[in-house]
Amino acid sequence: MDDNVRFLQGNDVCVQAALYAGLEFFAGYPITPSTEIAENLAYHLPRQGGKFIQMEDEIASMCAIIGASLTGRKVMTATSGPGFSLMQESLGFAIMAEIPCVIVNVQRGGPSTGLPTGPSQGDVLQARWGTHGDHAIIVLTASNHQDVFRMTVDAFNLAETYRTPVILLLDEVIGHMREKVILPEKGAIPVVDRLRTSVKAGIDYHPYLPREDGRLPMSDFGGEHRYHVTGLFHDMWGFPTTNPKIVHGLLRHLNDKIKNNISDINRMKEYFIDDARTILISYGSSARSALHVVHNRRARGERIGLLELQTLWPFPYTQVAEKCEKARQIVVVEMNMGQVLLQVKRAVSRPERVMLANRIDGVFITPTDIRNILRLIHGKGV
Amino acid sequence: MAVQDYIRKRFFPHLWCQGCGHGIVLNSLIRAIEELGIRKNDLVMVSGIGCSSRITGYVDVHTLHTLHGRALAFATGVKMSRPELRVIVPMGDGDALAIGGNHFIHSARRNIDMTALVMNNQIYGMTGGQFSPLSGPGVKATTAPFGNIDHGFDVVKLATAAGASFVARTTTYHVHQMISILKEAISHKGFSVVEIMSQCPTYFGRKNKLGGAVDMLDYFKSHTTAKGSDAHKKDPLMIERGIFVKEDRPEYCSDYDMLVKELQLKGDA
Ligand code: SF4
Repeated sequence: MDDNVRFLQGNDVCVQAALYAGLEFFAGYPITPSTEIAENLAYHLPRQGGKFIQMEDEIASMCAIIGASLTGRKVMTATSGPGFSLMQESLGFAIMAEIPCVIVNVQRGGPSTGLPTGPSQGDVLQARWGTHGDHAIIVLTASNHQDVFRMTVDAFNLAETYRTPVILLLDEVIGHMREKVILPEKGAIPVVDRLRTSVKAGIDYHPYLPREDGRLPMSDFGGEHRYHVTGLFHDMWGFPTTNPKIVHGLLRHLNDKIKNNISDINRMKEYFIDDARTILISYGSSARSALHVVHNRRARGERIGLLELQTLWPFPYTQVAEKCEKARQIVVVEMNMGQVLLQVKRAVSRPERVMLANRIDGVFITPTDIRNILRLIHGKGV
Repeated sequence: MAVQDYIRKRFFPHLWCQGCGHGIVLNSLIRAIEELGIRKNDLVMVSGIGCSSRITGYVDVHTLHTLHGRALAFATGVKMSRPELRVIVPMGDGDALAIGGNHFIHSARRNIDMTALVMNNQIYGMTGGQFSPLSGPGVKATTAPFGNIDHGFDVVKLATAAGASFVARTTTYHVHQMISILKEAISHKGFSVVEIMSQCPTYFGRKNKLGGAVDMLDYFKSHTTAKGSDAHKKDPLMIERGIFVKEDRPEYCSDYDMLVKELQLKGDA
């Protein structure tokens, strides 16, 4: 058991978890603050017979993992703001062609080159809407290393289950901070493997004909079934089409397969929510400061709680509304100008009760920052 | 296996214009594959975006129709993941060398075992006739109505300088040469580049008053010559055809496998 206790950087934990989940192929390009993920995998993957390749840019990295995924591998890439921007087009391809893959974005300050080593959570909306066209996406995040492990494994599981890219949205503090983590024993966390077709060789396999439950069993490139994959709207054969009925059906399918499964995809943690008059909503490293404030104030008898989001997209509007029903104030704690704030306002019945405690100067938001904003909200001055 | 067995008849007729060179390339490519006796399940074709890239839809192998310019990057993922598969990447000139130029030179540098076809018709066909990085000065295009002032790449020199270990050029007129070059390129272990000069009568031909498809094929016949021929010595403006580079060089996936084996031998795994 003791062997499993480690003191690691968040980026290292992500690597350990990805290997636990069955990662076999990584393509990436160096960028702060995610580089340690590539460095670690360059060491570990070849030793396990897996594949590591450093590509010429982030565009190529994202394309390469899609190609590798089609051959049946579990795949991942890791990047940060500018690189994540470059990946948006191929991210859309993976959504359209329904290719499972995991993209880690260790967020830094933006826009542009911004603050390479400064913490930020400014990519929440980009993760949702960065690539063009109506689409759905799964985005997970984590506030501590134990959860980084779990969310990384879950990211692979959800990617394989829903045949979709999953974005793991970490931030610079989580990526670079070192803390204790217990690496789970094999089997302690379920690992989902790809659903492959049972259609025999010689019988027509329709790569894009969903089963009754909406799932599409895959066939590896190089296997018995030869089929076409495209980023164009396509029919059940994978062949391009502009038939309005098929276009409509595919776009619905791509959105519904995520939207209709929010209860399976949603992950959140709650602390002292039941009787809370003030609810903090936070995620990622900001949630650490928020939790600190909640513990301190609870100790003094204040009715305050924390709702920590781990699934950012699809946004759990209904779940957030339910949890916040009885609260007098809801304070969203995040390191951006209110990207999750907007969603919470949309979710709750009285949006005027929702306020923002944020920091956007590349400095980590501290419990003191949150406390000061709470004092202002309560009319007590700083 | 008969040539027709490599085709997905279900998706015909194809979308190319009458007289387009891309059909000739498809025909020659399938003949080359058939003559080499490659199993359909062992072959992956990856393309980007453009008229030429639609070739993948019609071939009954594992086919991946990707993004504009990115075919080689997707193909690198496929090949690196499953080196036992053969990978062919048909691209247009704009696809391969404008938006995809970076992936082109880096694939050549790695010498990763795949065959890149540059179907060079000197124009963007699918978007309606804009000049490409292979058009060259003087060419008329919708985005060069007064004549192009943009200089073109020489694909053969570019691929050679970037490290491709097999580099060749042919045209849609020289079908027999095309088939034999494609066979050599596909069999070559390493990154092979074949430039195929191809005609786009609809846009390049019309804009530049070159006549129909037959006239354009005639042009390939009269303006190209075998590599190192006397005709080229007499008239250096004649474009050379043939194999320019064919070398045995360390290949990327083999080197990676060797690295893995060494680590395992050391008991380090
Ligand atoms: S536009 Fe040109 S390249 Fe495209 S199909 Fe027609 S002839 Fe061929």
